[in-house]
Amino acid sequence: MESMGCITPSKLSIKDLPWQILWNKEKCTLCGQCTSVCPVQAIELGVHRKRSVQVTPGLAEKPSNVFEIYHGIRQRTEPSYACVGCGMCTLVCPNNAIVPMHGDEPDKLRYHRNAGGEPRRRGGRRNSPDSVLDKIKFVRISMLTDPALDAGRHEFELRTLLGRILPPEEMIKAGRENGWMPPVREIYPLIIGSMSFGALSPNMWEGLQMGVSYLNEEMGMPVRICTGEGGCPPRLLKSRFLKYVILQIASGYFGWDEIIHALPHMKEDPCAIEIKYGQGAKPGDGGLLMWYKVNKLIAAIRGVPQGVSLPSPPTHQTKYSIEEAVAKMIQSMSMAWGFRVPVYPKISATSTSLAVLNNLTRNPYAAGLAIDGEDGGTGAAYNVSMDHMGHPIASNLRDAYLNLVKVGKQNEIPLFAGGGIGKNGNLAANAAALIMLGASGVQTGKYIMQAAAGCLGSETDRCNICNIGLCPKGITSQDPRLDRRLDPEKVARRIVDVFTGFDTELKKIVAPLGRSTSLPIGMADALGIADAHAAERLKIKYVL
Amino acid sequence: MCRLFAVTCNNPLSPMVAIRALDVMKEGHDGSGVGLFLTDLGGEFEHFKGEPILSGIFSNEGIKALDRYMIDLDFMVKYKLSFRPGKLPPSGTPKRDNYVIRVYEYPADWEGLSETEIQFRLMMVQLQLRRLGEKDNSMMIFSFWPDVIMLKEVGDPLAVAEYLGLDRKELQARVILSQGRQNTNYSIDIYACHPFFIQGIATMTNGENTAFVPIREFLMSRNFPGYTGYQSDSEVFTHILHYMNRKLGLGIEMYKHIITPLKDDELEKHSAGLWLKKLKQSCRPLIIDGPNCVMGCLPDKSLFMVQDSKKLRPGVVGGRPGIFAFSSEMCGLDTAIPERDINLDFQPMKYETVLIRRERQEIEKWNQWDALPHLN
Repeated sequence: MESMGCITPSKLSIKDLPWQILWNKEKCTLCGQCTSVCPVQAIELGVHRKRSVQVTPGLAEKPSNVFEIYHGIRQRTEPSYACVGCGMCTLVCPNNAIVPMHGDEPDKLRYHRNAGGEPRRRGGRRNSPDSVLDKIKFVRISMLTDPALDAGRHEFELRTLLGRILPPEEMIKAGRENGWMPPVREIYPLIIGSMSFGALSPNMWEGLQMGVSYLNEEMGMPVRICTGEGGCPPRLLKSRFLKYVILQIASGYFGWDEIIHALPHMKEDPCAIEIKYGQGAKPGDGGLLMWYKVNKLIAAIRGVPQGVSLPSPPTHQTKYSIEEAVAKMIQSMSMAWGFRVPVYPKISATSTSLAVLNNLTRNPYAAGLAIDGEDGGTGAAYNVSMDHMGHPIASNLRDAYLNLVKVGKQNEIPLFAGGGIGKNGNLAANAAALIMLGASGVQTGKYIMQAAAGCLGSETDRCNICNIGLCPKGITSQDPRLDRRLDPEKVARRIVDVFTGFDTELKKIVAPLGRSTSLPIGMADALGIADAHAAERLKIKYVL
Repeated sequence: MCRLFAVTCNNPLSPMVAIRALDVMKEGHDGSGVGLFLTDLGGEFEHFKGEPILSGIFSNEGIKALDRYMIDLDFMVKYKLSFRPGKLPPSGTPKRDNYVIRVYEYPADWEGLSETEIQFRLMMVQLQLRRLGEKDNSMMIFSFWPDVIMLKEVGDPLAVAEYLGLDRKELQARVILSQGRQNTNYSIDIYACHPFFIQGIATMTNGENTAFVPIREFLMSRNFPGYTGYQSDSEVFTHILHYMNRKLGLGIEMYKHIITPLKDDELEKHSAGLWLKKLKQSCRPLIIDGPNCVMGCLPDKSLFMVQDSKKLRPGVVGGRPGIFAFSSEMCGLDTAIPERDINLDFQPMKYETVLIRRERQEIEKWNQWDALPHLN
């Protein structure tokens, strides 16, 4: 017979968990807000029995025991209820009586997150705070050789181009002969990366869209946002705001039935079409919207039944070769909008990126290439994909740019870089570094979630439960009780703050380098790094 | 900041006119080098208008190598002007064996070749000689082109000119570009000295070119062997003009539209805005940020001057029919052409291009807002 107090292999103590809840009995008012807000029910009401030994000095009375009952918090230790460190308990506690603290050594929970043989899946990003981009410095400052420009006084034109740009000879020829010129969009170099309707809550999506519209229409900043794979609400498809939106098509083709049906009703063309072949967070793996988040609205927009997991295949299943997958698909999508809309692929950074790029150079309809590095975020993926698959963006982007320089097409196919930009908060510095390494612009998602909506996730495995629809901030949840925590108006306001702040910082970087009238794409002579190997690899200066 | 002076005159002038103009602008400058470009030649060279002239500095070994190379190509020397200064050079100027200006007769088998082919071959000879000489510094080639002489040297312009005896009567030209400093932004190299020359086009520049690297990458990836060198960030100005003129077939009025295009909202209001916007997009890597004043000479011997889009550098043009000059400072102009109506002096601003044609009758001005002539 099994004893009652058996220790199973997966029986963990609080010490074995990544996060420990510190609770202060003195401060706690027993209001219960922390236990009700905890997204993973890691804490519950605890009824504790406590023995006190009472000893009166002297020999007259014998020592006695008093048994007391007190109420408080109990942290659960079952793997499925382990604290995720989001800190919502601290946020709601009126007395600051509770806080999760990160353990002082690697946790033991990681060995037990495969109950039933199902490995850990999560949202978020690669759990590594390292960033080569953060180490890059801007070393070429104009001072005495020539006056540096004034970020506050001079006029700046920090726009980029999205679309296939004809070489000057062909452009002049096409102009003379009234020939076709590929569509080119002049846009802001910081794009809100693809986060789908479904991955994000309706309130978050609405807030982003409102913020982007405000930036365009009131601030004169041509900011663009990509939908991700999940379709687009029909009201937006039929509105004038569609021109600020990049529609994404990916291997699950979710939402494209709606989009195709909305085509005749569109007042404006979308900014562009992004064909997703891969993403940095889980290269070689398809998109994934887990069943928790597939509610009635999401199911309607995506054209699927409710409550089923929606994995996209790793590849576009109908295509059997790079020519099919890239060339024909780009052509088909271009044709759908009468060749008026730029169409470009997005791939995850990999050592095969150059093969895709070479293919694109020979395709007159390819409008660019977006490359997403290993630090890209996601709503849901296997932990192993997120932490171990993929290629850092810096060297991949640099190789791609220098390859274009070699064939003389560096201005013809704009490269957009994503994955880890601003992962430690240095959005403008990371973006400027990538632009000077050769990117025409950058895409960012995580930073936007953190800055505009207060996402709690981090590279040290905090929260990261975007996949199960329990986002405590209502950013990635589809549960109305959680969504309503997020006010779309306030998200929109933060988006405007983020972009105007970014704009000032970008000027503060490029002005001292003597650049203002055009984005310093490929101005690698401005960059330095205190790592000889990185400098050699990126072909920038080694500085100490 | 470099001192720049350019003059165009109906009567051939000694290069000393330009050197003296540089000298009065000396105050506050380091005077570390001199570069000269002479064309529409007078003096002895008047008789060899169609024949290519080689300009450069050669060691004694270099001269022998040059002779061997040119004889192999069947080039024959028709006339030469060599300086072998015997006395000690001025402070800062290296002792050289030979400063060479040689007029060659074309090889017999070049007869019948198209003008484009001849011009390409001349450029290739110049590049190959330069490459040969780079190994041991035995040859430094500045130009190989009909009706063009160039000279570059380290040191104070006036001291170098007197040392070389540039006031000799054989050396005269109607169009002279001169520049008075070695480069400061990259390592000192005589090839970094302005003016720069490619296939009949010469330019010189004031200021640093902060957009140098992307522009250099763009030019070098055009697959044209002449787009090479780049010891100075200013050399790209010459090559952009060449690319625009020879490869794109655009006139000088488009130069500003390529290096300093109008802003997007300005283009909305321009009569050719749509086309100019496309041009701006296609030539995006050629956009400069300045601060730069560019002066140059076109194959038809016209002189021009343009400024960066913020007009951060000085530059003035003035003169009278028959003689006009461009100068980075007013005092240079005053010295070279004191008898002129100073009210007609003109300082081009951020949208303007000024041009003095070979007839030397007036200062022609174009504004980027003007309608484009070739589209009308």
